[in-house]
Amino acid sequence: MDAATITTWMREIDVAMRAERDHLVQLDAAIGDGDHGTNMTRGFEAVVQALEGDGGSPPGKLLILAGRTLVSTVGGASGPLWGSALRSGGRVLGEQATFDGSQLVEVLAAALASVKDLGTAAVGDKTMVDALEPAVDTLRAGLADGADLDQALEDAAVAAEAGMRSTIPLQARKGRASYLGERSVGHQDPGATSTALIVRALQKAVTRES
Amino acid sequence: MAVETNLMRKFLNDPARVVKESLAGLAAAHPDLVRYDAAGQIIVRKDAPKRGKVALISGGGSGHEPLHGGFVGLGMLDAACPGEVFTSPVPAQMLAATKAVDGGAGVVHIVKNYTGDVLNFKLAAEDAADEGIKVTSVVIDDDVAVQDSLYTAGRRGVGATVLAEKIAGAAAEGGADLARVTDTVKRVNERARSFGVALSSCVPPASGKAIFELPEGQIELGIGIHGEPGRRRAPLGTASEIVDVMVEAVVSDLKPKRGAKVLAFVNGMGGTPLLELYLIYAEVDRKLRAAGMEPVRNLVGSYITSLEMAGASLTVLELDDELTGFWDAPVHTPALRWGV
Repeated sequence: MDAATITTWMREIDVAMRAERDHLVQLDAAIGDGDHGTNMTRGFEAVVQALEGDGGSPPGKLLILAGRTLVSTVGGASGPLWGSALRSGGRVLGEQATFDGSQLVEVLAAALASVKDLGTAAVGDKTMVDALEPAVDTLRAGLADGADLDQALEDAAVAAEAGMRSTIPLQARKGRASYLGERSVGHQDPGATSTALIVRALQKAVTRES
Repeated sequence: MAVETNLMRKFLNDPARVVKESLAGLAAAHPDLVRYDAAGQIIVRKDAPKRGKVALISGGGSGHEPLHGGFVGLGMLDAACPGEVFTSPVPAQMLAATKAVDGGAGVVHIVKNYTGDVLNFKLAAEDAADEGIKVTSVVIDDDVAVQDSLYTAGRRGVGATVLAEKIAGAAAEGGADLARVTDTVKRVNERARSFGVALSSCVPPASGKAIFELPEGQIELGIGIHGEPGRRRAPLGTASEIVDVMVEAVVSDLKPKRGAKVLAFVNGMGGTPLLELYLIYAEVDRKLRAAGMEPVRNLVGSYITSLEMAGASLTVLELDDELTGFWDAPVHTPALRWGV
């Protein structure tokens, strides 16, 4: 995998966010304030534009550029959270031109760590962590067990989607949904939903590249 | 497009440009008080930076007008950073505002307690510190409808924000140093509590749809300022019964001392007329006195809103002589003016 993998990943996210924009808005309107789909679409449109304007940076630098773009365009909580996640992930790769599956695990683990740190959230709080953490764990375990990367990523995407659905019965403890108390129960978390889309986009990007 | 806009019952050219176009209008209406930096998407006090004066900035999602842009001017904020509707601004806005207003005495960031606002202001404060600007941040969290616990993002910042901006703005205008202005914001936050109710949701321009539907004869109790549902729904009673709930929620949490002098702030959410807000104020004034407090100052009007939501919030601030003096000090902003 190389810089083109990152560019393809970001394009796949952009496509997914546009397609699911109204769904994310709907989910967010139920337990937040209805702007998640709009914000994520605005952010990843800007990321795709920023990457198009970049002339041959290595993959780590592209992730940092993507993260910086999200921080400066998204606002809300998702901007700093995904922005810091991609920047932390990008720093793992430094200047190297290519990376392998185990390095991809480290990128995602760094992204997860930065989200948990900045958002002070854990699994079960009804946040994006509920989708991201199982995805990272599944990818790591799959590769450790000798699965090929495509299969491990497919399993990770499925784990993220299961994590996303697992937020439905939970009561939110972080973010705006937590203001609703018990009334947040029964709704799927929009942040976990967009996170599952981002992991699925990675699976598509890597499968397409290889 | 045109049809969709009409269905929304909003005056719009392009839903994606509503914030920018509104800010341009604010600046066009008050060129003597503020300027609009379109590139940075910030509203800056006309005469900023003021050499030697501690500067105050605040910001947050748009849709709460006149908060915060309408409070930029003499004796209040030095700059405001408006995000998209109900979306926190991005760190670049707060950094640009901080640099635009720093007069060498430091800058206070007044942050409402929402996860997005807190995270984006935190990143901006780090950037400003890297550039050698002294920044302090105070998070406002006065909404008693949300319990401050491990199981929530903590109490929301609502009505006390307006009072903190006015009172600390007066302290800064009077020459207080960074530590004292910061402490003044904290004191207002510690001595103020709020509770809001809604009779309707609101329609963000980007989605064009009401955030929730409230059946006739129902009221949402414990709402914030983002059109979100409250803590619970109840049958709509009389104004007196509703104010009983609001006063009880605020006073039981604030626990003012006997005979406390207070500032009572009855705030409209955007869609409730002054006719009703003053009716609410009459109830509030009477009930606060009955509960052993003396409302010696008040503010009645729509100052921290939630688009066109019908509803109201009550904020009670326990005063002391210094806070009262700062409240009475001259202020001249687009939305608040006295003594000038």
